[in-house]
Amino acid sequence: MSPAQRPELRPKLKSQLQPQLRDPAWLGRVFGCLATAVVLWPLLVLSEFKPGQLFEPGALKPTLHFLADFFPPKTDADFLAMLARETWRTVAIATAGLVLAMLLAIPLTLLSVRVLSISALSGRMAWLPSVFRQGIRGVLIVLRSVPELVWALLFVRIVGLGPTSGVLAIALTYGGMLGKVYADILESGDAHASQTLLRNGSGRMQAFFYALLPQTAAELTSYTVYRWECAIRSSAVLGFVGAGGLGQQMDASMKMFNGSEVGTMLLVFMLLVWLADNVSAWLRKGLG
Amino acid sequence: MKIELQQVSGRHPAAKAGSPNAIRGVSLAVAAGEQAAVIGPSGAGKTTLLHLMACALQPVSELGQATLSKLQIDGQDPWQLPRSALQRLRGRLFLAPQVPPLPARQRVVNAVLAGRLPHESVWHSLSRLFYPRDLAPAHAALARFDLSEKLFDRVDRLSGGERQRVGLARLLASQATLLLVDEPLSALDPSRSQQAIDALTATARERGATLVTTLHHVEMALANFPRIIGLRDGVVAFDLPAAQVTPALLRQLYANHLQELDGPAPETTPLPTTEATPVVMLCR
Repeated sequence: MSPAQRPELRPKLKSQLQPQLRDPAWLGRVFGCLATAVVLWPLLVLSEFKPGQLFEPGALKPTLHFLADFFPPKTDADFLAMLARETWRTVAIATAGLVLAMLLAIPLTLLSVRVLSISALSGRMAWLPSVFRQGIRGVLIVLRSVPELVWALLFVRIVGLGPTSGVLAIALTYGGMLGKVYADILESGDAHASQTLLRNGSGRMQAFFYALLPQTAAELTSYTVYRWECAIRSSAVLGFVGAGGLGQQMDASMKMFNGSEVGTMLLVFMLLVWLADNVSAWLRKGLG
Repeated sequence: MKIELQQVSGRHPAAKAGSPNAIRGVSLAVAAGEQAAVIGPSGAGKTTLLHLMACALQPVSELGQATLSKLQIDGQDPWQLPRSALQRLRGRLFLAPQVPPLPARQRVVNAVLAGRLPHESVWHSLSRLFYPRDLAPAHAALARFDLSEKLFDRVDRLSGGERQRVGLARLLASQATLLLVDEPLSALDPSRSQQAIDALTATARERGATLVTTLHHVEMALANFPRIIGLRDGVVAFDLPAAQVTPALLRQLYANHLQELDGPAPETTPLPTTEATPVVMLCR
């Protein structure tokens, strides 16, 4: 050992000799990194993640050609008029779907929220209400665990091509999502106000409207608007399976390799999401 | 309404296992229309006692004494009642917690009228959120605390003391005949304290209601309540008419906690703030 190395070694030895100077988080961090790598590697292999493929000359050329077609976006009047109509239809599908989803979610939320339990006021919830609430949560899980695309494929078979299947698909999946998150929002807030009302003999609906709702209305609205934005994007995707709206047109243009039409539609999409973002910011400010 | 406790013990449901009960074998009776103040050092079990009386906590059995334990309100054991009857009974009493249970974005008018909910139909109370109704009783209840001009303000625009008085105005708006009030003065200055106590005792007298209040302010208790219940370590240390409570008894009650007895007089504990936090976008 050369004398030059000694000063570097000394602090290390010191920390080993003095256990109070050992950082307890260090070992956990190393373990976390290793464990993540060990779990991720097989996942990458399984999903055939090979980014190199994108840049092979055979694949690169048609891609670049298609992308180059985006410019200039198509802007003739007939096309724009059709686009406006389909955009409006997309917004309508999303809005109608979300309203139906709320009609589904609100009663399920009220039935499943644990802070509105009267038997849980003094200790543990009685077993029957507890099982009932778990059951309702189960229904919400079933509703949202089936992706809206699958619901849409199902409804296209039942009610035929067109916006109706899009609306129903969004209503079911989003009903499940809204119900779960509404319940989470209601339960994560301070239960003091609603508990006090229930303890003084109020009913569950009264406690909801006089304590829980004023406490969480802003969060609930903000989340609903965010979901509306998601529904607009999702209704476009649903168009690809024939559920109407902007997506259906985009599907047609894609199949025709009509890049300039796809370019215009993507711009319309960005505009829609930007608008939804502004509406939600404005609503939150009003409720703050 | 009259309350009777015999050898009743109670503990908070979230209390640590193995810790002693907060109330241990307390026996006392409060007659209909009586007014009593519960005093004692912090940690004596005052709040737990109120919660037991309010049917908010179910009595637990103390080892070896389970069979003697008895809690009766108006001659019946609330915990033997079916749940709907228990909830109706709860509608006839009013438990006012120390921290005013007011949502930040609620308006004062709705916070006060929430006291009337147990006696209203669901339809009546929900329609009021849209169409203004019952404004006169809310205004009258607030006027007792000089807060009538705050009728349409939002709760988060009020100061801590104003919020506590709005919580008491809710009690005035209710039609309960058993009033259980936990530390109603903790955020009030001396003159407001006297006003609040006067409003409480006068209201209880007007409607013939039973009033049980916990107070950390001993002089207030002695000056305004005919009966004083001293609580220490979960048991009743004394239960006497106010005139018979001697300084010696008080020193004994507050032994090791003397700063609470004769510390800086208007001991106001800051209430937790109920500011409306800015709404964040939730992406779940």
